[in-house]
Amino acid sequence: MQFPTSSSPFSPSSNTVNRVMLQVLLALLPAIGIMFWLFGDALLIQLLLACSTALLAESYMLWLRKKPIKMHLLDLSALVSAVLLALAIPTITPWWISISGTLFAIIIAKHLYGGLGYNPFNPAMAGYVFLLISFPQQMTAWAVPFDVISSATVLDYTKTQLGLGFSVHEISTSPLFGYLAGKDWEYISLAYLLGGLWLLQRKIISWHIPAAVLLGLTIPALTAYLIDSTQFTSPLFHLLSGATFCCAFFIATDPVTAATSNKGRLIFGVLIGSLIYIIRTWGGYPDAIAFAVLLANLGAPSIDYYTRPKQVKLS
Amino acid sequence: MTKLAHFHGGLELAAHTLSAPIIDSSLPEELIYPLLQRANSYATPTVKIGDYVLKGQIIASANSPFTTPVHAASSGIVKSIEPRIIAHPSNLADDCIVIETDGLDEALASSPCFDYQQETPENLRTKIHQAGIVGLGGAAFPTATKLTTKQDIHTLIINGAECEPYISCDASLILQKATEIVQGALILQYILQAKHCIIAVEENMPQATQALKQAINAHSIQLTPVPAIYPTGGERQLIQVLSGTKLPTKSRPAEYGFICQNVGTTYAVYQAIIQGLALTERIITVTGKGIKQPQNIRTRIGTPIKHLITQSGGYSKDVQRLIMGGSMMGIALNSDEIAVTKASNCILAMTSDELENKPVEMPCIRCGDCATVCPEELLPQQLYWYGRSEQLEQCQDYQLFSCIECGCCDVACPSHIPLVQQFRAAKGAIIIKEKQVEQANLAKARFQNQQQRRAREEQEQLAKAEKRKATIEKMKAASLAKKKPL
Repeated sequence: MQFPTSSSPFSPSSNTVNRVMLQVLLALLPAIGIMFWLFGDALLIQLLLACSTALLAESYMLWLRKKPIKMHLLDLSALVSAVLLALAIPTITPWWISISGTLFAIIIAKHLYGGLGYNPFNPAMAGYVFLLISFPQQMTAWAVPFDVISSATVLDYTKTQLGLGFSVHEISTSPLFGYLAGKDWEYISLAYLLGGLWLLQRKIISWHIPAAVLLGLTIPALTAYLIDSTQFTSPLFHLLSGATFCCAFFIATDPVTAATSNKGRLIFGVLIGSLIYIIRTWGGYPDAIAFAVLLANLGAPSIDYYTRPKQVKLS
Repeated sequence: MTKLAHFHGGLELAAHTLSAPIIDSSLPEELIYPLLQRANSYATPTVKIGDYVLKGQIIASANSPFTTPVHAASSGIVKSIEPRIIAHPSNLADDCIVIETDGLDEALASSPCFDYQQETPENLRTKIHQAGIVGLGGAAFPTATKLTTKQDIHTLIINGAECEPYISCDASLILQKATEIVQGALILQYILQAKHCIIAVEENMPQATQALKQAINAHSIQLTPVPAIYPTGGERQLIQVLSGTKLPTKSRPAEYGFICQNVGTTYAVYQAIIQGLALTERIITVTGKGIKQPQNIRTRIGTPIKHLITQSGGYSKDVQRLIMGGSMMGIALNSDEIAVTKASNCILAMTSDELENKPVEMPCIRCGDCATVCPEELLPQQLYWYGRSEQLEQCQDYQLFSCIECGCCDVACPSHIPLVQQFRAAKGAIIIKEKQVEQANLAKARFQNQQQRRAREEQEQLAKAEKRKATIEKMKAASLAKKKPL
């Protein structure tokens, strides 16, 4: 009897890209749920806008680049970028903001660099920074939960007030504050943490990057807080406000744009964490995460180069 | 119990164990023996077409340390010496000795030996070589050559950790021949004068472990169950698990005082020394969903695969691939007319639902899962990257040649990139390039030599001409001087 031949191994693969991406999307559900509870239908509209734009832009770019469209739409990577971006922009921004941000993320940050696997920058964060720089006013006005008015985020507010000479204690009496960080934002942060821990347990991500991001942020925050608690906010404030947990578990862990060795991942994570602290404390933008991630993305190839296993000789 | 170390990465693969006892294969009509033994090492036929041979008779002789004699596994007539398809990844035909069996199975008289300790290690090694013994774990490296080392060997490791999940020939052999394996281990230990001897089995073989424990009894052999993490059965990985020493790239275990032998090889050594029998049969696992009755079969080396398939109830309907070896490192064969060799530990017939129904290859997302599972701690994603762009020097910097082609990275890859296949291609490209460079250097050296020789010859000729000229001048001057007074 005759048989076709092929090359070993003959065992089926234990994983697929779309399984990874699907689980990332599932892990975002708690945060989406909490945000829906806080912000209502506006969130769903943003998600819908971003996702449909992402799928259309992805299909169009794949068509232009003569790549298999169905296969890449099913890998779900475009949807992950779109959902992360939609969750990062204020729910009450005009429709064209989320659309243009998504287009930038998918077309420029992803496909012009070669598509899935080749983009040096996290597409969602590149889209976010594009929007933040282009439309700062719309991008910093978040709706107050359960309300129709808008206000600055607690990070933004704290920064402004500190600049005006108020102490941390005085600022924390503002109604914007909740228990430890932004009012109700603490729940969103905890929802990201929950989803992230699930990803860890499912071994979709390794612990190195999240742990390093959180440590890289906590250590300088704690040091500064211990030195002067009137001028510097507490480490818990930094962990629970803004998108710290979202960044640690969902954004920094994007494999394409992160370092790949475990040692490299630790350095990469600490870099992001400390950049978040530096930018939040001394930088011009209080929304530090996108900048921190993009800067660390720049460093990832060098980190990989210098953290090669011992037996790989440097030439 | 000794504390075990772990090697980097590896995979926990589902074991496919067989509980059926070993059966003896019936006699096939033809036995086929390829002359090719290892890469570019051929044995030389010592029989002619029409010769009558007996079981255990040498039909091809060894002429390098990388070959061993080939023995007939049954009596019969040498029918032809002709190209047949051999068990090789290329699936190409190469010269084979074909014996038509006569059904009598007459054997050459054997010369048993009752006390191996009366013999010198040198004599025992010669006997092992003459018995045609090679590593039966799959690599088929001549055992006598492996046992010949100037290094001081402190530990002999008997490898009973099955190489791959589908293969169970070693476990079944241990169950049946534990005492003989222990005897074989003692002979090997005597040859090597090794202080320690460890028999390693997998944790999930309780019966085999029990059988060995009884067989070892009072002998000073250590029995160590090791975790069933693929590729623990790999020589370098097993040494790391047992000793905690990770052998450096390109080093051989003997340099560090270790020698590893498979349990099948150990049993063959027992048979060669104590019973005086040549290696003419081995146990082969015939398995996979493509086989109706999976089982372990004691098989004459040289038996065509289809003969084993028939005895295992034939193929099931949906058979898709015929593999020699396991699912991780085996080679896909294009025909079941191919004969089993000393290296064949498993015949695996896979159906489409066992096989990967090859999903489309996606781009690498740099997740690093391949590096996490790599037992050699390489960075497959970087090797892939450089291999793809034909940056072969970088491939070598990233230790491409340390890759043992275990296939863990392939299985872990969420993008289904055929990494091992690509690494093999890159290795081939590098070897070809090195040969070309070598040849170019040779040609260059030859040309330079030629140039130098020509220049030297020219110089010599010039010098000669000068000399001659000078002599003529002198003679002229002399004759002039003679003339002058006149």
